[in-house]
Amino acid sequence: MYSFDIQRPTSVADAVAALGTDEAQPLGGGQTLIPTLKQRLAAPSVLVSLSAIAEMKGVCTMDDGRLSIGGGTTHATVAAEASSYPALAALAGNIGDPAVRSRGTIGGSLANNDPSACYPAAALASGATIVTNAREIPADDYFQGMFATALDEGEIITEVRFPVPEKGAYMKFEQPASRFALVGVFVAKFSDGVRVAVTGASEDGVFRWSEAEAALSSNFSADAVPAAPSGDGMISDLHGSGAYRAHLVGVMTKRAVAAAS
Amino acid sequence: MTNVTMTVNGKSVTREVKGNTLLSDFLREDLRLTGTHVGCDTSQCGACVVHVNGEAVKSCTMFAAEADGAEVGTIEGQANADGSLNVIQQAFQDHHGLQCGFCTPGMVMSAAALLKDNPKPSEAEIRDYLEGNICRCTGYHNIVKAIMAASGQDVPAVAAE
Ligand SMILES: Cc1cc2nc3c(=O)[nH]c(=O)nc-3n(C[C@H](O)[C@H](O)[C@H](O)COP(=O)(O)OP(=O)(O)OC[C@H]3O[C@@H](n4cnc5c(N)ncnc54)[C@H](O)[C@@H]3O)c2cc1C
Ligand code: FES
Ligand code: FES
Repeated sequence: MYSFDIQRPTSVADAVAALGTDEAQPLGGGQTLIPTLKQRLAAPSVLVSLSAIAEMKGVCTMDDGRLSIGGGTTHATVAAEASSYPALAALAGNIGDPAVRSRGTIGGSLANNDPSACYPAAALASGATIVTNAREIPADDYFQGMFATALDEGEIITEVRFPVPEKGAYMKFEQPASRFALVGVFVAKFSDGVRVAVTGASEDGVFRWSEAEAALSSNFSADAVPAAPSGDGMISDLHGSGAYRAHLVGVMTKRAVAAAS
Repeated sequence: MTNVTMTVNGKSVTREVKGNTLLSDFLREDLRLTGTHVGCDTSQCGACVVHVNGEAVKSCTMFAAEADGAEVGTIEGQANADGSLNVIQQAFQDHHGLQCGFCTPGMVMSAAALLKDNPKPSEAEIRDYLEGNICRCTGYHNIVKAIMAASGQDVPAVAAE
């Protein structure tokens, strides 16, 4: 690793101020960033740790029924405390392994927007709102392709607000070496329609599968899931071809609908 | 350089560390607690698992500066007060839960974290919890047996399916 200093502010305001300096970068749980630093793929001069900011941690239900999760909340805490949204709690409890879940945070996962990460599928399928120190960003505008998001330099995710669907489930076909999703599908059925978000498959990162949404909105059953999308534009690597991933999108969607019904 | 103060195995320690000092390096190099092993240094193998405020974490994927003010537990703090092996360690010995022993500190620390939250885990829960702890020798069955025994349960005839 290159050398850098670590600061541990205790409020969002102090963290934002610390991030205003050149080449400062936020540090969430470090489960992605520390390996990146070890490979010298990032060279911040200051890391601003978010782990001591109490106002960015915790899970609670808002007056309008949405579930609010602090941006610095660990996967383990979401797994234990998001019981009013079981599909989300289950997703968090199945990220990586227990030690990764003790440290990794929802804000770090969404900021990173790894094309195979689990939380982006939950946020997009739920129609969540990403709240930062500066603004509120609807999930539909937030994800902008592999590792790309609407966040500006130095902007931090302080909270994520999830509308809770009537029924929902996440099905992850695990890539056993990395423990990430080879393909993961999150299905959320709201009173006004169904949203389906797919992670791990597309070269453009997480996406909504609109054909499945339309079909499932009129008939919420596994039989209604349309034929799998085409393999064009799907990730193709040593773990699976684009066609294989496209096939898995169909299979995982059916499984998610079956689990949610 | 920053000053960090933490409690390690019940003793308060204060040291100056660099920003990029990993908790694993701090424990091994600064405190000479070399029971915490570094197998991969890429957050895959779990040999470096320690407890931070009671939770299992991979010490190769956390900075020492982030443990400022924390309670840290390592394998060196696991034995009973009289120096005898604790119930998990003894069960690993009794059930041949180790061969070369390289993964064992991480296995024991993960097992202790599991049993704290779930005192009577099923075989499936144990295997699931150990997903991030890799062992190149035992084939895992005897590790699972040891943890079943340490939690006071009958040891099943676990075998590869
Ligand atoms: C062995 C292993 C298995 C894993 N398996 C899975 C899996 O199955 N599914 C999955 O989804 N993920 C998985 N992960 C990734 C894990 O979920 C990470 O925790 C997550 O991707 C990053 O979160 P973090 O809090 O650790 O962020 P960090 O690593 O600290 O940061 C990641 C990036 O986000 C930025 N950042 C951090 N917090 C914020 C914030 N609040 N606001 C703005 N920017 C921020 C950082 O500057 C950095 O660029 C795995 C990781 C490991 C090591
Ligand atoms: S050395 Fe930390 S996970 Fe392998
Ligand atoms: S006993 Fe050798 S790696 Fe587990």
